[in-house]
Amino acid sequence: MSEKKKTTSRRNFLVKFTIGTGVLVGMTYAVRNPLRRMLYDNAEVLLQDYAIGDSATAWFEITAENQIILHSPKVEMGQGAFTGLAQLAAEELEVDMDMIQVVHASTKGRPVDPRSTGGSDTISSMWNPLRELAAKMREMLRQNAASILGVSPSSLNLANGTFSGDGKSLTFGEIVQQATSWEEPEEITLKPAKDFKTIGKPVPRIDLKPKVMGDPIFGIDVSLPEMLYGVVIRPPKIDTVFVRADTRAAESMPGVVKVVQEKDFVAVVAESRPQAEMAARKVKVNWKTNKNWEQQDILDLVKVGQGEDFLIQKEGSKVKEEEMIAAEYSTSMGAHAQMEPNGSVAHVEADKAVVYISTQVPKFTRIQVAEVLGFEEEQVEVKPTYLGGGFGRRLNTPNAMQAALISRAAGKPVHVFFSRQDEFQSAEFRPPTHHTLKANLSEDGMVESIEHNVSSGDAGFGSPIIPPAMETILGADIGAWGGGRINYTGIPNIRVYSWRIKLPFSTAMWRAPGLMANTFVVESFLDELAHQAGKDPLEFRLAHLPNTEKGETIKKVLEAAAEKAGWGKSLPEGRALGIACCAEIGAPIAQVAEVSVVDNEIKVHKVTCALEVGIAINPDQIRQQVEGGIVMGLSASMYEKMEVQGSKITPTIFGPYRMATLKDSPRDIEVV
Amino acid sequence: MKISFTINGQAQSVEVDGKTPLLWVIRDMLEMKGTKFGCGKAACGACTIHVDGKAVRSCSYAVKFAQGKNITTIEGLSQGEELHPVQQAWMEEVVPQCGYCQPGFMMATAALLKEKPNPTDEDIDNNISNVCRCATYYRMRKAIHRAAEIQANNA
Repeated sequence: MSEKKKTTSRRNFLVKFTIGTGVLVGMTYAVRNPLRRMLYDNAEVLLQDYAIGDSATAWFEITAENQIILHSPKVEMGQGAFTGLAQLAAEELEVDMDMIQVVHASTKGRPVDPRSTGGSDTISSMWNPLRELAAKMREMLRQNAASILGVSPSSLNLANGTFSGDGKSLTFGEIVQQATSWEEPEEITLKPAKDFKTIGKPVPRIDLKPKVMGDPIFGIDVSLPEMLYGVVIRPPKIDTVFVRADTRAAESMPGVVKVVQEKDFVAVVAESRPQAEMAARKVKVNWKTNKNWEQQDILDLVKVGQGEDFLIQKEGSKVKEEEMIAAEYSTSMGAHAQMEPNGSVAHVEADKAVVYISTQVPKFTRIQVAEVLGFEEEQVEVKPTYLGGGFGRRLNTPNAMQAALISRAAGKPVHVFFSRQDEFQSAEFRPPTHHTLKANLSEDGMVESIEHNVSSGDAGFGSPIIPPAMETILGADIGAWGGGRINYTGIPNIRVYSWRIKLPFSTAMWRAPGLMANTFVVESFLDELAHQAGKDPLEFRLAHLPNTEKGETIKKVLEAAAEKAGWGKSLPEGRALGIACCAEIGAPIAQVAEVSVVDNEIKVHKVTCALEVGIAINPDQIRQQVEGGIVMGLSASMYEKMEVQGSKITPTIFGPYRMATLKDSPRDIEVV
Repeated sequence: MKISFTINGQAQSVEVDGKTPLLWVIRDMLEMKGTKFGCGKAACGACTIHVDGKAVRSCSYAVKFAQGKNITTIEGLSQGEELHPVQQAWMEEVVPQCGYCQPGFMMATAALLKEKPNPTDEDIDNNISNVCRCATYYRMRKAIHRAAEIQANNA
């Protein structure tokens, strides 16, 4: 069946805000509070400002050379968004992939993402809107083709970017050269799934060639005429603020153009980056450190029981203290360590500003820059570039504000990027967490009750992606508790609490809201319980999953991964299997890891993964994300660790901050 | 000081402080942006180039040492339209995600294949120590073996 749709008003393009799906699904518990319920019911109204523009001509540009350029409000940070979006558009426009190019939408005249690229919802949130826009564009082209050719629109056939009928034909490129006006159709018809030609195909990434050739596509690659280089001197410690600086020695260093002192930072501007770095070392900064912090202080702070608690899941009664099985877990703070450091190129003139930046939040970057310059938002143009990794590190862009102030002071375009040490020291970290888990087992080895307490710094709260109004609605930070609820609702008694604590450094999402720590903890505890009950970890999981649709899907992926991995079959000497699952972000996933112990360290030889994503736009892109996610998760759980020593973050360089590399990665990854 | 070298087959001279890391000369003076800044301490390999055929981390290589040398960057790895076997393999295996670190990996791999045309997994583990945060390592290993095959077939 094809879907007929009235053409959409602005409201229909209310694309779910960033972590939309997660937030709304997760709010089942939060919204029992009447005030929250009311706010929740009105969320759509409250969030009207967050609608994406719905004019098809703002999204699509068609060139005389018969190429379609999709101006994407979603950014490409490696996750394959551009490829998936191009596939959606190609399908409705009836063109081959080689006719479509995707570029980052400027905030000027092009669609602006109301929230962020993040939270794994680019494709799911754009599935309908983008196909509708492409269908609208197609019908507008048809109308123009018909009037140019003097035939009726319905008599025209469309194949690979060419309308033909009555012995005549016109390409999209020819239509745009002759069309004088564009009229939006009153009704559009979306293609039925059975006719999909591009959706569902593992087409290669459309950014493959430029990335293999080393093309200058990233923020750090931007180069403008007369551009200067700025280095911001960042606090050497956490919980530390800038007071003032003595800049005299730096001013006379070679190549220095200006030393910019603002109320909360100081920066050196020079003709080259090495010159700016050399001169920055000569600036004597007076810092004010509020308090000395050691690692133990942080650990004490992030203890369940500190700060504010919030009930996020409640079934039946509480865990009984008698014969209770309890466990405690903690995860360390972590760095995003994305390969392209943060930074931007800003060019500020008297009445306008242009900022080139790898950002996950172009709209918020624009707001931030406008605010700091005292400009209207319209005076600021943000031109997003390809991101050299995102992972949540670019959901807040105060560095763009600094670059704008530096450019204004220098009167020239300025390239301002973090050093790697600053990336580690002055970053927004994955918050450290602490968890307590308790459970009662019945005599036949089933879990009767379970409780999970997760304590964490903020991940979503305090960042631009969750507006303050949403904080009130949500109550607890899904960025911290995401993945912390118990999916094994076959267990009759469940309690999950999220504890919010304030940390003396900035924290952020880290390749998922809270999922990594929470999944690790809950799944590890399930293994402990299975062990206590003397049961097989797979059978034990299956026995506690409910017969709901979600429960059945989780069972399916667990069984599929186990079967493919040879669960229960004999293994080579010294090898063992472990299993775990996760069911957030609408895509239940299970993995089996084959491991051994080599030199007192766990070695992962093979990971088998099964997941259920619904409609797969591009199976190879899903596979690619899963492969990367497996290794990044392995890296974080086995190697990555940051600590605070004398208010300094340590380590601040790759190597000592150990991450999985080629030699640590499983040689075998299977995805089903 | 004036420093002269050959880069991607072209003779170049630059007037610059000899201590300047070669990376910034390539990126900002010669405007070739394919060589990336990752850490500035030779710890990640994003800036890997070839100097006289050997893999070098250009962020920690003073430009004065490049005097008279023959430099190749990612921009010079392919021969015009014809991709280097490493680039072909990277395309076939669809290795890059964000893509930022990939030029460094491809340059390190191209240098490895010159010394060891048919590297074992251990050779790869011991020689390719660059960092990729998207963790594209699984495909990278396949692509390195594939590049060796393509190179052998071309020979």
